Amino acid sequence: MSRQPTIIHHSRFTIHDSPFLLRLCLAAGLLFLYAPLLVMMLMAFNRSQLNELPFVFDLVWFERLAQNERLLAATLNSLILAVITALTATGLGTLAALAFTRYTFRGKTLLQALLIPPITIPWLILAVALLMLFFWLGIERSLLTLYLGHVTVQLPYTILVISARLANLDPVLEQAAASLGARPWRTFWRITVPLALPGILAAALFAFVVSFDNFVISYFLAPPGVSTLPVEIYSAIRTGFTPEINAISTIVFVISATSVLLVGRELRFGP
Amino acid sequence: MNPRATLTALLAPAYLWLLLFGFVPLGIMLYFSFLSDVPLGNREVYFTWENYGRFFSRGFYSQLTLDSLLMGLYTTLGCLLLGYPLAYALAKSVSGRWQTALFLLVIVPFWSSSLVRLYAWIVVLGKGGIINYTLGLLGWTGATSILFTYPAIILGLVHAYLPYMVLTIYVALDRIDDRLLEAAASLGARPWRTFWRVILPLSLPGVLSGVILVFIPAIGSFVEPRLLGGPAGTLLGTVIEDQFVQVFNWPLGAALSFILLLIVIVIMLAASRLLFRTRTNPL
Repeated sequence: MSRQPTIIHHSRFTIHDSPFLLRLCLAAGLLFLYAPLLVMMLMAFNRSQLNELPFVFDLVWFERLAQNERLLAATLNSLILAVITALTATGLGTLAALAFTRYTFRGKTLLQALLIPPITIPWLILAVALLMLFFWLGIERSLLTLYLGHVTVQLPYTILVISARLANLDPVLEQAAASLGARPWRTFWRITVPLALPGILAAALFAFVVSFDNFVISYFLAPPGVSTLPVEIYSAIRTGFTPEINAISTIVFVISATSVLLVGRELRFGP
Repeated sequence: MNPRATLTALLAPAYLWLLLFGFVPLGIMLYFSFLSDVPLGNREVYFTWENYGRFFSRGFYSQLTLDSLLMGLYTTLGCLLLGYPLAYALAKSVSGRWQTALFLLVIVPFWSSSLVRLYAWIVVLGKGGIINYTLGLLGWTGATSILFTYPAIILGLVHAYLPYMVLTIYVALDRIDDRLLEAAASLGARPWRTFWRVILPLSLPGVLSGVILVFIPAIGSFVEPRLLGGPAGTLLGTVIEDQFVQVFNWPLGAALSFILLLIVIVIMLAASRLLFRTRTNPL
């Protein structure tokens, strides 16, 4: 998880005398990853309602999207949910990360190991389990249940990302502040938080994306009549879709790709 | 505040949350899996093994589980075959700014909505989509689409999870000290021999993490099989979804989910053993 000092390889070694073959692999891999997305985005500007060729440039699907209140409402829900859950998960994650990096205590390894199951078990299992929990407790599905579920899947990530950043900070700086008479809170706000800020921001962005993209949890926990963007895309695919889905997907992809590229350096060795 | 109280205050919020909404629900799921019916209204509900009995007595469910494991296997193989060369090329054939830029390009899809990527495949593979259109231009008009077939599911899953595989293998390869490779070369090892005897063994922990990170979500997936698989998409994940969304047989769904969870736990325990062994190995 730590940032690697070896971004630039001075002594390059390749098993092939010409790295041509390897670069071909690289190109093929990237093509596989991006070609479908590029085609989908291109079709957002195509007149055909069935995503069919030949290509005729048209902005009609973006105009339709601007009037599609269902899709826009779902997008707004996703945005609000992602912001609120990311703030919660980042706050709680920062506290737990401080405990892991500034204290030694019994059971630390166990508590850290407990972060792995929520990340690895299929979201389908967690989603139906939460559905049964809320049913059993008599809690109606609402935006609150969505909020509770999303933060649960974000928390392990934020704890891990912020811990990685905090572990790399020199504790001497905090000790210096303390020895100069700063109270713990003052040290925390004036020294620890500013230094850990890149990690905290990266964790917040990560949490935002985890929530904004989450389909499975939302699908099972969203109340009838309330939907998020991924849930809306899913039901559109199942019941008949128009390239308005391409239009909104294009916008969402461009925004998430840009934000990842902007903060990319910090996220480079995120989980 | 004494250190103990501070520590509790720091850890309690996050871990209470994870306990209440992460681990307790799994317990409730176990409880539901032994019920005869959803406890609703005045319904007569009793404890029973029947849900698990159904799994073992009817070939349908065990076949379903095998099919899902097989799908996970194909997906993992696909990711490995595509991902290893990609990670290798990224780690060893480019450097400096290019490396950073290309690395980011590989992880960007990982940050984009999985449903958007799935939808992209539907657009590409559809009847009038770009593949069939191109085939038509080339004179092959009778081509049928692979959308709604088994290969389409695998394609979608490989596309969804490839970045995990590339990421973990890349990190392992990047950690290999180039001096080891130079040493092998100076001792007369041919490039391929260096690869088989030095690079591959050292990258195995990364490969193993990648395999786990791809295999586990793949066997529990239901969105890709549902949307890309059509009739071929009847798998453990989709059948579990059906129990909650269509059939309203929550106890059976809970039992099937619990069996899936057990499989996942077994895999994770086995993997942690293996990973631990490779980590304690000096080389």
